[in-house]
Amino acid sequence: MAFFVEVLVAGLLAGVMYSMVALGFVLIYKASGVFNFAQGSLVLFAALTFVSLVERGLGFWAALGVTLAVMIAIGVAVERAVLRPLVNRPPMTLFLATLGLSYVLEGVAQIAWGAQVHGLELGITDVPFEIHGVFVSRFDLVAAATAATLVATLSALFKWTRAGLALRAVADDPLAALAVGIDLRRLWALVWAIAGVVALIAGLLWGARVGVQFSLSLIVLRALPVLIIGGFSSVTGTIVGGLLVGASEKLAEVYVGPLVGGGIENWFPYGLALVFLLIRPTGLFGEPAIERV
Amino acid sequence: MSLGLPATYGAQTRLIRRPADRWALVALIAGAFVVVPQIATDYWFSAILIPFLVLGLVGLGLNLLTGYAGQLSIGSAAFMAIGAFATYNFELRVPGLPLLVSLGLGGLTAAAAGVVFGLPSLRIKGFYLIVSTLAAQFFVTWALTKFGWFSNHDASGVISAPRLVVAGLDFGSPAGRYQLTLAIVVVLTLAAAQLVRGDVGRRWIAVRDLDTAAAVIGIPIGRTKLLAFAVSSFYCGVGGALWAFAYLGTVEPHGFDLTRSFQILFIIIIGGMGSIAGAYVGAAFIVLLPLAIDHVAGALFAGATDPSNLQNLQKILFGVLIIFFLVKEPDGLVRLWRDARARLRRWPLDT
Repeated sequence: MAFFVEVLVAGLLAGVMYSMVALGFVLIYKASGVFNFAQGSLVLFAALTFVSLVERGLGFWAALGVTLAVMIAIGVAVERAVLRPLVNRPPMTLFLATLGLSYVLEGVAQIAWGAQVHGLELGITDVPFEIHGVFVSRFDLVAAATAATLVATLSALFKWTRAGLALRAVADDPLAALAVGIDLRRLWALVWAIAGVVALIAGLLWGARVGVQFSLSLIVLRALPVLIIGGFSSVTGTIVGGLLVGASEKLAEVYVGPLVGGGIENWFPYGLALVFLLIRPTGLFGEPAIERV
Repeated sequence: MSLGLPATYGAQTRLIRRPADRWALVALIAGAFVVVPQIATDYWFSAILIPFLVLGLVGLGLNLLTGYAGQLSIGSAAFMAIGAFATYNFELRVPGLPLLVSLGLGGLTAAAAGVVFGLPSLRIKGFYLIVSTLAAQFFVTWALTKFGWFSNHDASGVISAPRLVVAGLDFGSPAGRYQLTLAIVVVLTLAAAQLVRGDVGRRWIAVRDLDTAAAVIGIPIGRTKLLAFAVSSFYCGVGGALWAFAYLGTVEPHGFDLTRSFQILFIIIIGGMGSIAGAYVGAAFIVLLPLAIDHVAGALFAGATDPSNLQNLQKILFGVLIIFFLVKEPDGLVRLWRDARARLRRWPLDT
């Protein structure tokens, strides 16, 4: 039993890490209806930039500041060079454009900073400690707390700031938002910049966990089922979806994996997501789409 | 027919048909069969022509699904893998089966898998569908690596080409492999061209453009989508088998990973979505661009560049091109070519 709980807790905490990547998606999807495949590359780019700056002798906070500035600049540039020319195009085109964008970001990051694996030390000791006979990783707890803070902050921003109000208006009805004078372009740039910041935080935590390397950009593939299960347009959904995916994939790996030869972690979340799609296509918290001819 | 137009559709299209186009196509195919083997070197066959043909065929397969029927797939490599491994197993386990038959059976196996992974498209659409195709991508690679049966219990899941013999003729040499690939590619491409011109193609296009409207005019959406998945996967499967046996010789499941799927997606974006020729133009572009980059970099920096940097440069270039084509010319290189030709034909009357 203790083992089951341990696997469950580890899965839930890993799920929180997935949620953080999915969060960046949801922000962009809500504001512009773009399914942003480049979120994983943003995570890689942010983490790689930060680590490389620290390795070149910058202090923690200075490096954080510079990386933040870079991520915001990328957000603005993406709006200018990719989103603006593609306005009113089908969602599939926009998705493919972010796929192209992810190639550009990965290429630039690796040319600028090299492709070797960097260690990242955040000063959080990763010692497991025991609660009622169950071992829990301290690092995972810190990550979970960070994710919780992030979600709370973003929710507060959405709720109580003017930009947040504008974002909610755009998510609700872009045309109406445009009609009352909301500057869509500025808002998109803002959202991509925020997604960049979320990517930075996710990148730091993931980087500290598994090392800063190319495979960081692949966590985008882990975040996708999270989005399907949670719903594309819900911040709460990413958290619940992340927990579900994290817990179920770890449990499946431990209890079902041995029966079929192991390594099912890679595709199991997709199977789960497919089941969700067939039963509840909008996800747990998503809004149903209405079709018109 | 008050306008004095001919009464039948065939007679009407004959009015605007350009016989020169048909002859150009015949000349192209004949040249590829007769002239190219005379002048090309083994390097050209193995490194450029065969991968170009195979990638073009797979791109065509994806184009039928994504460009014509509007169902986005980023799992084409999975169906390539199924085609390759199925063909290998048919050759291995059914003695005396002719190569072309096992190729066809491999394609049919991929088609069946395509239908299975296409089933979710009955409920979901748009980019949600990438979940299903990604599931195919990960699941197939995993299954082929995990279960030794598929690769005849090879330790790392590697399969090797059977002897390429058709009707007693050995196609094992580079030129032979090229001719075998070319023959299959030409037949399948002409079939695809017929298919998209007929009612099946029209139905695919209707579903792509507005599926709700297509349903309203009585097109069976589900069956149309599944047929697109089946045909597309058949092409990918045959392409995968050719990739494994005519191009590489040996292949492991990870040769058909997500990167390959993206590569095929890029082929149709750059070449032209919803166009038969687009797949081949895109494939030519994607095969030749890395070689061109190597040559240019070699000439400019005289070998002083880091190969991994070249690879990254190539990545950036592809990314930029994808965005560029999506923004400026969503119909791809093929459209640029058609526009240029139309302008030349009108010149100098109208510019």
